[in-house]
This record gives sequence, C-alpha cells and structure tokens, in this order.
Amino acid sequence: MTISSYTERPGSGADETDGLSVPWSRPRTKRTGVSARMVSAVTILAVLALWTLSARLQLVSPVFLPSPLAVWNKFVVVIRDGFVDATLLQHVVASLGRVFAALVAAILVGVPVGLAIGISTVGRGIFDPLLEFLRPIPPLAYLPLVIIWFGIGEPSKILVIAIAMLAPVALSTASGVRGVSRERINAARSLGATRAQVVRQVILPSALPSILTGLRIALGAGWSTLVAAELVAATRGLGFMIQSAAQFLVTDVVVMGILVIAAIAFVLEFTIRRIERMLVPWAGRE
Amino acid sequence: MPHLVLDNISIHYDGQPAPAVERVSIAVAKDDFVVLVGRSGCGKTSLLNVAAGLITPARGTASINGQPITGPGSDRAVVFQNDALFPWLTARENVAFALRLRGVRPSERARRADRLLELVKLADAGDKRIWELSGGMRQRVGLARALAAEPEFLLLDEPLGALDALTRERMQTTLLDLWTASHAGVLMVTHGIEEALVLATRVVVLAPGPGRVVRTFEPGFSRRYASGEPIRAIKDDPAFAAARGELTDAIFEGEAA
Repeated sequence: MTISSYTERPGSGADETDGLSVPWSRPRTKRTGVSARMVSAVTILAVLALWTLSARLQLVSPVFLPSPLAVWNKFVVVIRDGFVDATLLQHVVASLGRVFAALVAAILVGVPVGLAIGISTVGRGIFDPLLEFLRPIPPLAYLPLVIIWFGIGEPSKILVIAIAMLAPVALSTASGVRGVSRERINAARSLGATRAQVVRQVILPSALPSILTGLRIALGAGWSTLVAAELVAATRGLGFMIQSAAQFLVTDVVVMGILVIAAIAFVLEFTIRRIERMLVPWAGRE
Repeated sequence: MPHLVLDNISIHYDGQPAPAVERVSIAVAKDDFVVLVGRSGCGKTSLLNVAAGLITPARGTASINGQPITGPGSDRAVVFQNDALFPWLTARENVAFALRLRGVRPSERARRADRLLELVKLADAGDKRIWELSGGMRQRVGLARALAAEPEFLLLDEPLGALDALTRERMQTTLLDLWTASHAGVLMVTHGIEEALVLATRVVVLAPGPGRVVRTFEPGFSRRYASGEPIRAIKDDPAFAAARGELTDAIFEGEAA
C-alpha cells in the first residue's frame, strides 16, 4: 500500500483531522492587532497632551515647565538667532565634533587594548584591572583631575568624553576577539598564515561585529558625558548651552536642549545600526 | 615519494590521568587515502591534529618528507567538520585566501580560485557570500580553499560529519575526484563506516582507552572508483557488504554488547 492511498482512504476527512488536534496544540488566535510600537506612540502623545494641558491650565509656573509651544518657538528662535553667541547648529557642531574626536581617540586606543586583552594573557593582566578601575567612575569625578592635568582647553573636554568611551570599546573588542572560533584560526594557520596574518586577516574581521557594537555603546556613553565635559570654560556646545540657560532660568532653552540631545542620540544610534548592517551583514547569520 | 609519518605517537592532555593516545604509528604516502575510524575517545582527531601541527605529542615524532612537524603549515591543509570559512569574504575570496597570504597577484588569484571552484562543481558560486550557501556547498568551498594552498597532504576532520545523508553520499565521490585530481595524500577522520570503505585505500581502526590501532584494512574500493567503476555498482557489490560487516565488527570489538 502506498502512502498516498493510506492518507486518502475513505472516511478521513476534515472532521477526523480536527479530532486529532488537541486544544493546547491549536494555533492561538492572533491578538487584536496591538503592537508595542502603537502603544509607544500613544504613550508619547499622552505625555505631550498632559504637558500641554498642565501648561495651558498654569498648573505649574512656566519658569519650571514652559509649554510645548514655547519650547518649539524657542527652538526656531535659537536656530535663527542663536543663544549665548552661537546658533543651535554651531552648538550641535561643537558638541558632535568633540564626541567624534573622542570616538576616534577611543578607537585608536581601545581597539588595540581590547586586542591585547583578547589575545594575550599578559595583555589581559595589564589592562583588565585598569579598565575595571576606570569603568565605574562617573565623568564628573575625574573631570577636576583632568582639568588640573590638562587645563581647561579643548583637549580636556575631548579627553573626558574619550575616557567614558574607552571601556566599552576595549571590552567589546576583547570579547569579540575571545569569541573567534578555534577552528577558524587553525584553518588559517594550516593554510600558511603567520601569527600576524591571523590577527589581521582572521581575528580582527571576526571581531568586527562585536567592535561595532562596542562603538555604538561608546557613542551613547560619550554623548551622555557631554554636559559634564562642557561644564568648564566652553563657549559652544549643547551642554554649555543648557548650563548657561539654567543659570538665567531660561527653562524653555533647557528643555529644548534636552530634547535636541535626545534626538541626536536617537539619530546616532539609528545611523550606526545601519552601518553595522552594511559592514557586517554576516553577523548572526553564520 | 613524500610521506606523512606519525611514528610511535603518544598524546597526553594536561589534567588527564591516562594518555589519550598510546604508541600509534601511521604512514601516509602521497597516493594514499588513509581513513581513521573508531569509537568516541579513541583519539582519531587528536592524531590528525598532531599531523596538522596543532598539538605536540607527549612522545613520538611526526614528520613530513623526513622533516619533523613543528607547527601548522600549508603543506598539510586542514578541512574541519564545521567549514570554518570566513564570512566577510565571498566564496572566491575564501578559496583564494592561501594565495593572498603568499602575495599572489589579484588577477592570478581569482583565476586559480575559479578553476578550483569549477573542480568542486561550484563554478557559478564565486561571488556568493558564505551564508548564502548550503552546508554541502560550504564544505566544497572549504575543500577548494584547502586545495588552493597546493598541499602535499589534505587533513580532513570529519568533513562530511555535519551534512545530511544525501549530501554526504554525493560528497563522497566529490572527495574521491578531488583526491585523484589534486595528487595530494589524504588523512581523514570519520564516524561513517560506509564512508571509510568507499574512500579509503587504507582504513585504520582505533580503539579507545587509551587510543591505539587495533586493525588495518585495505578495502580497495576507492581505487576501483578511480579506475572508472560507477560508485553504485561498487556499493552493490557483495564484497562491499562483507567488508562493511568486517569493519563494523573490528570497530566494536572488545566492547560489551
């Protein structure tokens, strides 16, 4: 008897197959089309509505909470006329410039350090305790020391941000390096690769997805250090703008600055995720 | 005639009370296809790694053409069970990897890689990314990559182990074709009894605790394939079934049934 004649025997209809399926094995009916994204959108709208309402009803003094409209107007004004001698664009460029300079420094130091930690026991012995020491210290704590050592100029600001970025870059690189499969390295060596060639042509590209994740985390960490870095002797930058505004109780500029910082952080995150997908399309598909 | 020789090899892993392998000698000539079989823990992969230069034996010497083996080298290219390909490179670039290490010009590299891809029947897959290939295709890229190093010996560590049964069957003849075309001697580790019989000029049966050679067969079926007999006819030969029974007995000999 063939298989097809067995399945097509008389009496085996829809009823019988239905009888075989038990309640807990039935596919669950799809829930009524509520996605997390929609809930998020509603939440944001609700917060905006509450904010507008409390400002409109003057529940809180505008000195403490300016209305959304006032913040928006201030946004337009600062784009056009500027605040504390610089337009919004100039503040943004100053801040982004510092963060990217710090990122370059963190990559130049952090990737080799991470490589050393991942490859050699001596490297791990040297750098692991240093990084573990540095990692939990808040930027505001080491800021004074950086200023004592390096003055109040631009290098100090970049350094403060770079220190915050160093640990994520180095530790992600190290974990990527340690995760490289033994077989991949052995295959390369048996194809004639020297140790240096193994590092450059196998270990580094294998660790690239992890390194990029580290850069993404570092960028977030660095961006959130911005206000601390611009505390002293800055004349431009979003952090500086917020602090100046706070000193004169120009709350709408403070709120606007916070929102701009948040928006730029979002764009940075989105961009680097796109770059990740472009540079390491194999991540998670091996 | 070049030889890959494992002479009186003992392997002892750190922290293990007993040696993993004790006094095993295996010689592979340039036209040999030697297959190591045996139950888990018999040390067949360890022996292959000694030949590859990836582990150093506690006693005994491994040598190639009379020169002691001190580390990995492209005269003994290894293919692993999990292909260990480089996902950031295309199939062609993977095959050309050994050539790039040697500084061969890009145009020459591509030409030679394409010829090898043709040899493993992947002529159209040169520009494909690794994750776009099936398991069998990946393993063929891995073989082509090893052959690009123009090794004198190919060391195969369960190269078909991760493939489905049908692909495995087809890959057996691919391996034989490559062996004939490349003029490289082969040392291979496998769990497959039929695979060992089809491929090997010599089957070395190892037993565990500690790993040692218990028997050696010379099945001769791969030479029959090389001289033109179809693989189906070989496998249908009663002599093949008999050899399979004998080999199976040898592998499980001494094990409580």
